[in-house]
Amino acid sequence: MEFIRISDVEKTYSSGVVAIYGLNLKIKKGDFAFIIGASGSGKSTLIKMLYREEKPTSGEIIIGGVNVGKLKNRKVYKLRRKIGIVFQDFKLLPKLTVYENVAFVLEMFGYDKSEIRAKTLKALDLVGLKEKVKSYPDQLSGGEQQRVAIARAIVNAPKLLICDEPTGNLDPDTSLEIMKVLEVINDLGTTVIVVTHDRDIVNKMKKRVILLDKGRLRKDFEKGTYDKNEKH
Amino acid sequence: MIKMKNIRILIRNIRDGLKNVIRNFSLSLASISCITVTLLIVAVAVVGSSNVENFTKVIRDDFTIVVYMSNSADSKIENTIKEEIEKLSNIESIEYNSKKDIAEQMKGESDIFNTIISSWSESENPLYDTYLVKVKDSEKISDVANKIEKIDSVEMVKYGEGMIESLLSIFDILEKILIIIVVSLIIVTAFLIVNTIKITIFSRQEEIEIKRLVGASNFSIKQPFVIEGLFIGLIGSIIPILVTVYGYSILYEKTGGVFFSKFIQLIKPFPFVFWVSIILAMIGIIVGMFGSSRAVRKYLKI
Repeated sequence: MEFIRISDVEKTYSSGVVAIYGLNLKIKKGDFAFIIGASGSGKSTLIKMLYREEKPTSGEIIIGGVNVGKLKNRKVYKLRRKIGIVFQDFKLLPKLTVYENVAFVLEMFGYDKSEIRAKTLKALDLVGLKEKVKSYPDQLSGGEQQRVAIARAIVNAPKLLICDEPTGNLDPDTSLEIMKVLEVINDLGTTVIVVTHDRDIVNKMKKRVILLDKGRLRKDFEKGTYDKNEKH
Repeated sequence: MIKMKNIRILIRNIRDGLKNVIRNFSLSLASISCITVTLLIVAVAVVGSSNVENFTKVIRDDFTIVVYMSNSADSKIENTIKEEIEKLSNIESIEYNSKKDIAEQMKGESDIFNTIISSWSESENPLYDTYLVKVKDSEKISDVANKIEKIDSVEMVKYGEGMIESLLSIFDILEKILIIIVVSLIIVTAFLIVNTIKITIFSRQEEIEIKRLVGASNFSIKQPFVIEGLFIGLIGSIIPILVTVYGYSILYEKTGGVFFSKFIQLIKPFPFVFWVSIILAMIGIIVGMFGSSRAVRKYLKI
């Protein structure tokens, strides 16, 4: 069952820069896919279009039956509630504890206290941070902060988890731990898309690899590896 | 169920709004003092213009047309005149004041009058029998006066024509100027608040961005800021309200309720200051809410 369908998508920024040319892509429900490519290959643009931070100039992106490009600005939040997003720089709120950083999402959606507590602790347990609920982000290591961000992204049980260079700021061991966490989440049924240029990780995980090059789809293989000879 | 959710969200946002005022107090203080200063001036202007309007009204209510009847008119003719006047529209009351009564009143006013008037015999009294006519709508007083003047045996009609009219038009202008000052001050403050709150929000851009990314609707992002603006406005109105309540009461006491002359009467402090306080609080709240909602708007575009 295809979950994401990208058909003939082109993206030209208002500056005239073309980021994506005629892209076609399908991602199945429950997939784990890496999107790789050099800087300027269009991978960031692609995932920004997935969570509707950018709109395609032409073509369409369908996620779970919703035409994302046609979504009105004031309806975007409905899409975002079904998608978890993780960033390279974690984007945690420094004045909130680990628990609050995850729980505020649910609070904003109006869940009641006991529900918030149960879901938040479940998510923090999944990323292995149940012991640190009362810590503040600046008391945590980079890997731990990223796990808080992952917990926040999955706390509302999204169908899709998008990670933009999630290990960009982390050392190799920690990066691998983060990937294991993402794999667990994927095993629980969430579709996971990871943008990265960390070749070790891609090679170790043996997942689907989508290689973009100068805005075009260059290669797309199941259980792929990051070919050293590939220019990127 | 959805309703319950919204109530929970609202309660949370009220809590957050209040928390943010306290947490960013140095920045909130800028907005609060901005509102305070404006509201102080607004308070003076509102008190001023209400009083101007009040004594304009007092003067208007006091408008009396004095109808002087010819000395040849006997009581029968005088009655006819009264009937004629009563037939006119816009008449509030008619009161008869005979020349004898007027003479008596004048005797009481000063010793000199007393000496002179006492020397008159009844037939020598040079004064006129008069009707004191009050009108309902003082704007149309000159119409009524003109009509009365045309009635037979009416010698002349006086209603303080020029003087009172120009006084009223001065008051009118004064009131309009005050209103313009108040309105423009409120507008200027609103924009000042927008900018002050923008600074507060600037430091919280990331918070807004994160909320947007995790799927908060624009409304739910905006709500805590708008509530914060409400509190800022409310806190900003405290000092102006105190100044109004105490300041005006003291002013009223010190002046004995009149200004310059008995002619210009001040409005009684209660419940007047109460209404002014409500107006000030409302302006503060509206300006604060408007300011925050404008300021946050910029960061909500996707």
